[in-house]
Amino acid sequence: MFKMLNPRRFYHAVGRRKFLEFILLAVFILFFYGPLLNMLMLAFANEYTVPNVLPTEWGFDWWRYVFGQDSLVSSMIQSFVVAITTTVISMIFCIPAAYSIARFKYRGRKVFMLSFLLTNAFPKLGIYTSIAVLFYRYGLMGTYPGVIIIHMINSMMFMVWLPSSAFRNVHRQQEEAARDVGAGPVRTFFKVTLPMAMPGIAVATLYTFLGSMEEAQGTMLVGLAQIQTMPVAMYGIVLDSSAVQIGAVFALLLIIPSAVLIFAMRKFIGPEAIAGGFKMN
Amino acid sequence: MTNTMAGGTAVEEKTEAAAENRKVKLEIKDMAKKYDNGDGVEHINLKVYEGEIVTFLGPSGCGKSTILRAIGGFADVTSGDILIDGKSIVNLAPENRPTAMVFQSYNLWPHMTIYENLAFGLKLRKIPKKTIDEDIKKMLALVSMSGTEKKYPSQLSGGQQQRIAIARSLLLKPSLLLLDEPFSALDAKIRQQMREELKRIQSELGITVIFVTHDQEEAMAISHRIVVMNKGKFDQVGTPDEIYDNPATLHVASFIGEMNFIKQNETTLAVRPEDLTVTEGQGDMEGTVSTVMLMGHYVLMTAKVGDDMVKCFVNREIGNKLEEGKIVNLKIGKHTQFPMSA
Repeated sequence: MFKMLNPRRFYHAVGRRKFLEFILLAVFILFFYGPLLNMLMLAFANEYTVPNVLPTEWGFDWWRYVFGQDSLVSSMIQSFVVAITTTVISMIFCIPAAYSIARFKYRGRKVFMLSFLLTNAFPKLGIYTSIAVLFYRYGLMGTYPGVIIIHMINSMMFMVWLPSSAFRNVHRQQEEAARDVGAGPVRTFFKVTLPMAMPGIAVATLYTFLGSMEEAQGTMLVGLAQIQTMPVAMYGIVLDSSAVQIGAVFALLLIIPSAVLIFAMRKFIGPEAIAGGFKMN
Repeated sequence: MTNTMAGGTAVEEKTEAAAENRKVKLEIKDMAKKYDNGDGVEHINLKVYEGEIVTFLGPSGCGKSTILRAIGGFADVTSGDILIDGKSIVNLAPENRPTAMVFQSYNLWPHMTIYENLAFGLKLRKIPKKTIDEDIKKMLALVSMSGTEKKYPSQLSGGQQQRIAIARSLLLKPSLLLLDEPFSALDAKIRQQMREELKRIQSELGITVIFVTHDQEEAMAISHRIVVMNKGKFDQVGTPDEIYDNPATLHVASFIGEMNFIKQNETTLAVRPEDLTVTEGQGDMEGTVSTVMLMGHYVLMTAKVGDDMVKCFVNREIGNKLEEGKIVNLKIGKHTQFPMSA
């Protein structure tokens, strides 16, 4: 069986094209999953010194260290509070906006859509510092509302673009048919339009939640160490000590909610749903 | 020719007389609907009687769908009035009108099962669940779709989806059923079948139907009366026979069925291919045979008369004697005369 692993034998068995494709795939996988694997290894390495490829001692020492930190549990709670509030408030503001963009034609519609790109085009730190000036004046520095506003700025584009394309894919006849059989405009929206646009909205909500969970830059700047979400706490702990393992442990902890959510919504997440959000017309 | 015209008038009088005894279901009074770009319809007057299938027929953009949408409540009228059973409905929202509409496509809600699609309107009317179940069962049988309650629309073919859409409309027992090109997205064969089925359902229930189509064959097949429209106006209102035999305008003559237009002196004669006959005796004109095609039980011959091409349907006996380039005598039978300028 191991004879088959001989590269020459393998090359002639599958042909040149397949062989090259295989090499390319192997390189890609190494490039893509290599760092992830390395992180996984580091998280369970009690002792790790540079010249060695593998840790000299395996174990859960760093997990104990991280869970021993008082700030950890509170930062987890703060992360969830911020992420959930950001998601809910974005939905309240952005879904009606998305609907109006999808259904009504008015001047400045396209400019409005493109304006979301602007906040993403500038260097974030520049925006955050200028926002901080405003926030100082209104007493929003170091508060939940301040941090949530920063998170919303990041999520707006997804939260408007994706649902608006989802709404556009609901045919007018389907809404008219609901009116025709006796449903008023509000009932039509909640019973027909919204459920049909749900996949797009679900993907946007997922992005918003995950984006908020991992946002560190703005939270650190505006939160003034009062609001310590998990990524912020991670910065602190990693910078405090020289052990790379702490970062790995934290990263793995941060992956858990994302992985759970992505798994739960795997039905909705696909290239089409995401690509659909970027069509403009 | 004089004979034909007289016959036509008699038919019209007869239908008018019969109409007076019937109940008016829908009345459109001097209705206008103008869009911002100037398109639209105006001076629309029409009475539709109970139990009738009336078809609006015309090329796309002639305003036929606009009128239907105005009746259904999806387009506000600019002026005029629409009455159903003698009551004005122009100020009612679509959900409060006694009409039910079936669109060309995308009628069904894909996130609901067939049962949920059908029950949606009934539930809003607070009908007890038991009655809903029974009604749906009966209605699915009527449209030959029994047993599909638990399926989703995407599991059905286009034709089946349209049946369900019609069933959903009928379940609400509307005063008026509005059909906006409901079969035009379907294959020719299914379309044929759906027409027959619609006719059967309509005569079983005695419901009044307004049908919109651009397919003249479909209009001829299902309608009691046809409204031929062109550029936002009514060209002719009449039974399929009247419209086929006595077209009121050149547009109607050319839009409905096959027609030859023969210029004679100051007039244009509109002659159906079946009324232009090849004769061995004295004809009305001479033509040079251009093509001869066997179409099955008849032969299609085209011939050159002067600068114009004419079409003739001839029987196979005569068809066998025809060949390209041969000069034939043509006799004009039943026809309609229009002034040249029109």
